[in-house]
Amino acid sequence: MKFLISLVVFLSALTLHAKTANFIFCMEGSPSSFNPQLVSDGVSMNSSSQTVFNRLVEFKPGGTEIISGLAESWSISKDKKTYTFKLRKNISFHSNEFFKPSRNLNADDVIYTFKSQMDTKHPLAIPAANYEYFKAMELDQLISDVKKIDLMTVVIELKHPEAPFLADLAMDFASIQSEEYAQSLIKSGKGLKTLETNPIGTGPFVFKSYQKDSTVKFTANEKYFKGKPQIENLIFVIVTDSTVRAQKMKSGECHVMSEPQPQDIESFSKNVKLKVLSTEGLNVSYIAFNTAKKPFDNLKVRQALSMAMNQKSYLDVIYKNQATAAKNPIPPTMWSYQKNTIENKFDVAAAKKLLAEAGFKDGFETELWTLPVSRPYLPNGKKLGEMVQADLLKIGVKVKLVTFDWPTYLEKSKKGEHQMIQFGWTGDNGDPDNFMNVLLGCSAVQAGSNYARWCHKEFDTALQNAKEDSVIKNRTAFYQKAQNIFSIEKPWFPIAHARQNKVMSANVVGYKIDPFGHDQFESVSLK
Amino acid sequence: MTSKLIKLFFSFLFISLVSFSVIRLIPGDPVMNMIGERSASPERISEIRKNLGLDQSIVIQYITFLKNAVSGNFGESISSKQSVMQEFKILWPATVELSVAALLWSSVLGLILGILAAIKRNSFFDYSAVSLSTVGFAMPLFWWGLIIIFFFAVRLGWFPISGRIDVVYDVPYATGFYFIDTLLVKNFDAFFSAIKFIILPAFVLGTIPLALIVRVARSAVIDIAKEDFIRTAKAKGLSPAKIILKHILKNAWPQILTAIGLAFGHLLTGAIMTETLFSWPGMGRWIVHGIMARDYPVVQAGLFYSMTMIILINFLTDEAIKLLNPKLKDESR
Repeated sequence: MKFLISLVVFLSALTLHAKTANFIFCMEGSPSSFNPQLVSDGVSMNSSSQTVFNRLVEFKPGGTEIISGLAESWSISKDKKTYTFKLRKNISFHSNEFFKPSRNLNADDVIYTFKSQMDTKHPLAIPAANYEYFKAMELDQLISDVKKIDLMTVVIELKHPEAPFLADLAMDFASIQSEEYAQSLIKSGKGLKTLETNPIGTGPFVFKSYQKDSTVKFTANEKYFKGKPQIENLIFVIVTDSTVRAQKMKSGECHVMSEPQPQDIESFSKNVKLKVLSTEGLNVSYIAFNTAKKPFDNLKVRQALSMAMNQKSYLDVIYKNQATAAKNPIPPTMWSYQKNTIENKFDVAAAKKLLAEAGFKDGFETELWTLPVSRPYLPNGKKLGEMVQADLLKIGVKVKLVTFDWPTYLEKSKKGEHQMIQFGWTGDNGDPDNFMNVLLGCSAVQAGSNYARWCHKEFDTALQNAKEDSVIKNRTAFYQKAQNIFSIEKPWFPIAHARQNKVMSANVVGYKIDPFGHDQFESVSLK
Repeated sequence: MTSKLIKLFFSFLFISLVSFSVIRLIPGDPVMNMIGERSASPERISEIRKNLGLDQSIVIQYITFLKNAVSGNFGESISSKQSVMQEFKILWPATVELSVAALLWSSVLGLILGILAAIKRNSFFDYSAVSLSTVGFAMPLFWWGLIIIFFFAVRLGWFPISGRIDVVYDVPYATGFYFIDTLLVKNFDAFFSAIKFIILPAFVLGTIPLALIVRVARSAVIDIAKEDFIRTAKAKGLSPAKIILKHILKNAWPQILTAIGLAFGHLLTGAIMTETLFSWPGMGRWIVHGIMARDYPVVQAGLFYSMTMIILINFLTDEAIKLLNPKLKDESR
């Protein structure tokens, strides 16, 4: 009996201890919308899909592996064109002051989620919404139909086999929305716009309030199917200035902060009250040679230029060593990464020789476009440009640095007006297709995101083969072959895979750093 | 009165044209920003353009903008898809609250320093008051703000680093002014929290108008002290305090008020930097973000509202001065 009592006391003390009343996350910007179908930036995803919603399948916390979400199981037909999902039972949607769900999650919610994004004429599609992400992933051209088999079974039919499809379903825009909520918004006259300000999902936290440019507040979802989160009140505080964010972190006004500056990481790690978690980011930065233009159509020129650039110094100066040197288009944490490709060799003499062989004994004049904004994959494009300029001058190549404001830079480069250009990419779904096909596939030349404007038959065939095969082993072989071709052909000079750092108080437990850069708090608490 | 209204009408037409065109003169459009590094087919791009109403000719866009502006509707923000009017209603009280707080302390201190400097003309105090306030004016705000944050918030820990109110408080929206809204719901803790949060940003922002007010107050007092009626007052044997308060200040008011009115315009521009540093959810940050994202409706409306505010303030200071000094009223006729 005594033992029992002490056990009860012990257990209750434990649970009391584990409760965290207020948890503050300081983030770098304001969410643009709380409807995950309409957002494409990390801040908005953190504030909507990652906290309030779930998807049919999800990425395993801290990884890119696909695990079950709202679908408890799924199967793929032999022709790889039909995906059948069995939904979990007894999943309830959140409620707010004007909506109380009368039923649990069922097939209608899933159908509504996808059909409203596929078809602009769907009665529950938001008028004039662009559904950018859904369309950017070309799902409108891939999915032929979404059908209900019974109340808890949904079938998605594809027009052609596509292996990365399952990973697409784990992405933020595929968050499952409540069809009942959408209907009730129309009935009450509030309109579908309310989905953007008052999200209703099934996720670990319930949306409570948003003070524009100031705070987003959530409370724990008592009925969350994976168990109630330990944080009672989750508060996102918007602090745009990175220096100020760092000071707030140091003074204890934030429990976790996003986007620390690379140069601050060292001082954070030395602070005993803080800890830094870091992981290889799912990103790459590169200099693309416009292979559609002379002299970059010449392989020897690309090789010579690559050899003349001192990659190591770029990592030191630009990334403060918070990055891994890149040699392939995909980061080393991604499956199918080819370890055996040759690393770029820094050799000025050999570069000079190659350039002479290519017919440019005295070098040539060219342009390098430098990234006008700071992106997670490349913090300072201008400085990198200056370093590259100095390096290439040593082999007689005179580089003029050119830059535009960000929208113009994007527009002109998509049309291929550049010669050499700095760019980068952050992965969407952890699939190699999302890097190689988007950035180097033949179809991406026309579509604009192949900035090297490089269309290599053999490389492209390998990608297409990998896309249609769903056996990971076969796909790996295709992608490794593609990486071998890439490393010989050098359409890019790959620079780095920037590390992702998160700074948090030393007493934060359960935080898993996510390769996609999302912040998830469902299993986080304070010691 | 009618001529005044016509003038006002044309100034509004002018500012509508300016606020409409300025953002469109910047290269790049919102569509590319939305697409980013990804690819997009030309059809897709034109579809997005159409949805945003950017496919129409610039003249039609301007006419639509004018039509909407008359009814107070500035459309929807491209990035947040919310009504611009709605966002403005939430954000402008924050900026005004901050600016008023900054103006309050800088006017009071500026007046005192200016008058004292005028009395002790060419003394060490005079030089240091004038030069110090000038240094304050010339200091880049982002640097000055960081120093203040570092010293008072991080080192001494007297004030919070950034924000408008402690995150634990939920202030229901009534007027948008936290000093009013917290009192309306009788949440005094929240009220004091709001005071604690406004001190540092208001201090930083107030250093801009301080120099202006010190100088104007000083020169106004010096000018008027030279006038004959002051000599008479002195000869009558009035005490210096009485002379300053009753005779000099009374006549110096118009100049000082004009300076304060102008300073308010300065504050609205200075607020952009201060708001970013202190994570103050106001109009400055909103407009800057709008410019970056080429969010036409936000920038249009933001500029329009700010310019309207400045025109109104100038108008009101003019009227206030006329009330104080009826003589000016006659001259304007």
